Amino acid sequence: MTSDSCALRVDDVHKSYGIHEVLKGISLAAKKGDVISLIGSSGSGKSTFLRCINFLEIPDRGSFVINGEEVLMKTGADGRAHPASWRQVERIRTGLAMVFQSFNLWAHMTVLENVIEAPVHVLGMNRKEAVDEAEALLQKVGLYDKRNVYPAFLSGGQQQRASIARALCVDPSVMLFDEPTSALDPELVGEVLKVIRDLAEEGRTMLLVTHEMKFARDVSSHVMFLHQGRVEEEGTPEQIFGVPNSARCREFTNSARH
Amino acid sequence: MPTSPSALELLSPYPPGWGGVLLSGAVSTILISLGAYLLGILVGLAGATGKLKGSRPVVVLLDFYTTAVRAVPELILIIGLYYAGTDGINGLLSALGFPPIEINGFFAAVVVLGIVQGAYMTEVLRGAILAIPIGQIEAASAFGMRPSLRFRRIVLPALMPNALPGMANLWMSVTKDSALIAVVGYQELALATRLAAGNTKHYFLFFFAAAVIYLMITLVSNVVFGSLETYFRRGQPKAA
Repeated sequence: MTSDSCALRVDDVHKSYGIHEVLKGISLAAKKGDVISLIGSSGSGKSTFLRCINFLEIPDRGSFVINGEEVLMKTGADGRAHPASWRQVERIRTGLAMVFQSFNLWAHMTVLENVIEAPVHVLGMNRKEAVDEAEALLQKVGLYDKRNVYPAFLSGGQQQRASIARALCVDPSVMLFDEPTSALDPELVGEVLKVIRDLAEEGRTMLLVTHEMKFARDVSSHVMFLHQGRVEEEGTPEQIFGVPNSARCREFTNSARH
Repeated sequence: MPTSPSALELLSPYPPGWGGVLLSGAVSTILISLGAYLLGILVGLAGATGKLKGSRPVVVLLDFYTTAVRAVPELILIIGLYYAGTDGINGLLSALGFPPIEINGFFAAVVVLGIVQGAYMTEVLRGAILAIPIGQIEAASAFGMRPSLRFRRIVLPALMPNALPGMANLWMSVTKDSALIAVVGYQELALATRLAAGNTKHYFLFFFAAAVIYLMITLVSNVVFGSLETYFRRGQPKAA
């Protein structure tokens, strides 16, 4: 894989909370256009791993190359690694837009203000251009009519679509989805999955932590099954959901089918 | 025997009426309160940030500050800080070979009340920051905001709805605490009232007038804080 086609390469990520080791060496490589799903039971470390990639959690060890740029790490006095430059982390984060389980829209801003916030104030985009861009994205996720409404007045599904528009507006090289439908009422899951599916079909590079097995099977180019902080098995969706080698993976995908 | 002047004559803004003295006292009260309040907000923001993000020694120091200021009666603090502060500054000046200076009473009042306000404000703002849903701050980080930008764009507007009721309380209390400044001889509304009452022997009239002025200040403040709250709560549904 040449470096220019590699959107994201992460090697040997470790993370502990106290004596509890949550991640025991996870690696991942994503080419442009890949949709990689991370599945596994609660506590398998999939969300923690995702949050290590944009340094919302500081990994104890690991190397990160994002869009060809390696994150510089230094080892602290406690033997754990830290990013050497938070400025670099902040710059890299703008290329790794995240969609959260609980949406995390800024409550004091309207939907439109949420979407243009990072482009205008972090990327320095002209406000007029940002508004045009944001309105087009809100059109795309079906929220143009709600652009001047505050998040608290929207349904969960609408809030999550707004937060996807917010993520798209920084034109990220990789999108990180942290269980985007887990906080939604069942009847609202579909509208959000549809938006994510459209993005996958457009060739957006995405990492997706999810419990929606059927969806993961449909949209992913690659699936990773995590168990107790390790990659237990990975491969194409056909392999993971069809003929997994690991008994644990087979058990998980079978039980999640219902 | 001269007839005693009517209430209207006594309250006239022009001498021999004392209304002008009262009004200029009221202006002083408002200016001292505003100055102390703004200083208190700055101290409170720094204090709250320090308590939440600071190193161990910073937290210990701030805990000492907020505990000490909130434990000691304000009257004692004001007298203590005023005289100790004046003495300290002049001691420092004479040690450096400068002549002593007269501390401006207005400036001293603002600083002393600001230090007191700052201690209470630190706790109000600390609580308000802690009440912000952590995810909103995380989202700001995830979109690459620097800490200073994140504070200005996300934390500050998000803490305001939580902080405003407490901040309104503190404003109400500083307008009245400024009366304590009278003990160090600065003429604000309370001292002006005593002066007018003592000179004319019309105690009830002047203290009643002062009470009405304090009430007016409070009523206007209520309107201001009410509209501030409406503005900062714009993103939140009304409680059912």
